[in-house]
Amino acid sequence: MSHADTQTRHVPDRLRPSLYAHLVGWESLLLAVAVAVFVFNAFASPYFLDAWNLSDATFNFTEKAMIAFAMAMLIIAGEIDLSVASIIALSSTVMGLAMQMGAGTPVLVLVGLTTGLLCGAFNGALVTRLGLPSIVVTIGTMSLFRGVSYIILGDGAFTRYPASFAWFGQGYAFWVISVEFVIFVLLAIFFGILLHKTNFGRMVYAIGNNATGALFSGIRVDRVKFVLFLMTGLMSGLAAVCLTSRLGSTRPSIASGMELEIVTMVVLGGINILGGSGSIPGVVIAAFVMGLVTFGLGLLNVPGIVMSIFIGLLLIGVIALPRLWAIWRKRTV
Amino acid sequence: MKFTKLMTSVAVAAGLFTGPAAAEDMRIALVVKALGIGFFEAAAEGAEEAAKELGGVEIIYTGPTDTTAEGQIEVINSLIAQRVDAIAVSANDTDALVPTLKKAMQRGITVISWDSGVAEAGRQAHLNPSSNALIGNMIIKLAADHLPDGGEVAVLSATTTSTNQNIWIDEMNKVMGNYPGIEVVSTVYGDDLADKSYREATGLMQSHPELDAIIAPTSVGIVAAAQAVADAGKIGQVNVTGLGLPSEMAGAIESGASKSFAIWNPIDLGYSATMLAHQLATEAATAEPGAEISIGRMGAITLDETNSAAMADPFVYDASNIDAFKSIF
Repeated sequence: MSHADTQTRHVPDRLRPSLYAHLVGWESLLLAVAVAVFVFNAFASPYFLDAWNLSDATFNFTEKAMIAFAMAMLIIAGEIDLSVASIIALSSTVMGLAMQMGAGTPVLVLVGLTTGLLCGAFNGALVTRLGLPSIVVTIGTMSLFRGVSYIILGDGAFTRYPASFAWFGQGYAFWVISVEFVIFVLLAIFFGILLHKTNFGRMVYAIGNNATGALFSGIRVDRVKFVLFLMTGLMSGLAAVCLTSRLGSTRPSIASGMELEIVTMVVLGGINILGGSGSIPGVVIAAFVMGLVTFGLGLLNVPGIVMSIFIGLLLIGVIALPRLWAIWRKRTV
Repeated sequence: MKFTKLMTSVAVAAGLFTGPAAAEDMRIALVVKALGIGFFEAAAEGAEEAAKELGGVEIIYTGPTDTTAEGQIEVINSLIAQRVDAIAVSANDTDALVPTLKKAMQRGITVISWDSGVAEAGRQAHLNPSSNALIGNMIIKLAADHLPDGGEVAVLSATTTSTNQNIWIDEMNKVMGNYPGIEVVSTVYGDDLADKSYREATGLMQSHPELDAIIAPTSVGIVAAAQAVADAGKIGQVNVTGLGLPSEMAGAIESGASKSFAIWNPIDLGYSATMLAHQLATEAATAEPGAEISIGRMGAITLDETNSAAMADPFVYDASNIDAFKSIF
């Protein structure tokens, strides 16, 4: 990206500058929700404030969050990828095949990441080269990728993964900090810098706000979008490595339904589903909120159906509150 | 009932929580494939029955919203965090639960699987609803019970390569000596397709006019055969029996096309799983090959070399109990 002019031009990363304060409010609101959930859990269950239990709880969101970071950037650029959970299934299946051919842990990881990357490239090519809408393309590849896993595996499973492979999903970096959590933190920092501190990030916002305008400003819109699909695919491959390692097995139904949880996490994090605005810190907090809510309610043995209702209400609540607040203030002023 | 349960949960979620049940209670978690399935709701009923009988036992009936291994792992993680005494799980995935359940066992939790098993490394014992030998014997017994003077029976199976059905038919043939006068005149295959099973059953009645019973050890075949018998006007003449689901067979029992059939009883299964988990958690019994473990009103089970055991004969459903079960599964 050697366009010097993009470095000096100020591209707003929010829909309207006046919304700026508003969005800061969003993240504070989310943070308040996270703290409230934490405090509530601590009082509601005697088992909540335990380092090992909290560490176990992080597994509820780490893999999803890895993909959510890349998905957030994709959605900010005005696109979406609904095939991510199916990419996990396909990557995991291909890793299983490699394992059966005697591949060791490093090769397995490489195979998983490469499969994810290729799936992302496939999505990206269909969207940017053929100009198809991403929601249609990825609904298609959602069935396609998982379908291939079903053809390969049927009702069977790959199980005999090498012991050293378990490190990614079951290992601990130090004390109660799991390897997955470390990966999550590193990725949060990486994507935070990428979106908020680089030209590439500026371009993503510009495309999301006005793709045509961005194109005429000299941004290679299709190339940026293609890279975003590649990243989403790669993160799905990484999540596949972690999840497969954590489960120690592959079945074609792996990670089914995860795409919607990831999109929920992104939207809860304050990313505008129509593109153009949002932040990585928001997604990080949303990941914690979702993880804490599901784990906290799990400790109280609240059935999963009620948990879904809770997450749904939380999503609508967090999205509606700032709007209601704005309307109320307009009326009173 | 469901609604009240839901409301209680919402109340709990809303912060009206009153602290965990009496701490001295032993807590046994019954983890199912997914909530909201009649079969498992019935199993939970059985678990509650066992808890009442044992006393001082609290049952935590839980499971994911849909039948995924990831969902079950989240549920099991929260059970480990609550330090329950035992987990009895019907697994969505034989292998994927192993790492999590191993962790549970390392933290001193008794782990058994029931109904749908977990690989050996991930549980201390597994409870099958029945065994192949018991099923093979039951299907011929069901036919013979209504033929005191002997007679001709035919088998309507699934496909020629259906592993389960072939094993059961083999086991049936082994015990034929115990049922003198009963002759198996033919074995046909309906491929577990309703229309093909129907045609095969019709064909059986045409080629064997003296046929007294059709044994269908498959839930698709048994329904189709009952329909074929009713349509041929042979109710009372040909008795359809085998393995079927009460919800699908209620009509056939009512019309008399089937006098009785068998399948596992989910209430007994939930009851026995709870009993087994309790026995192991209180260290009244040890999970090791050959161990004989008492499971309350269901008698005793013996663990085989993989620490698996069969609960009992398949449960017989007939006109006397079909109404109670047809809404369950």
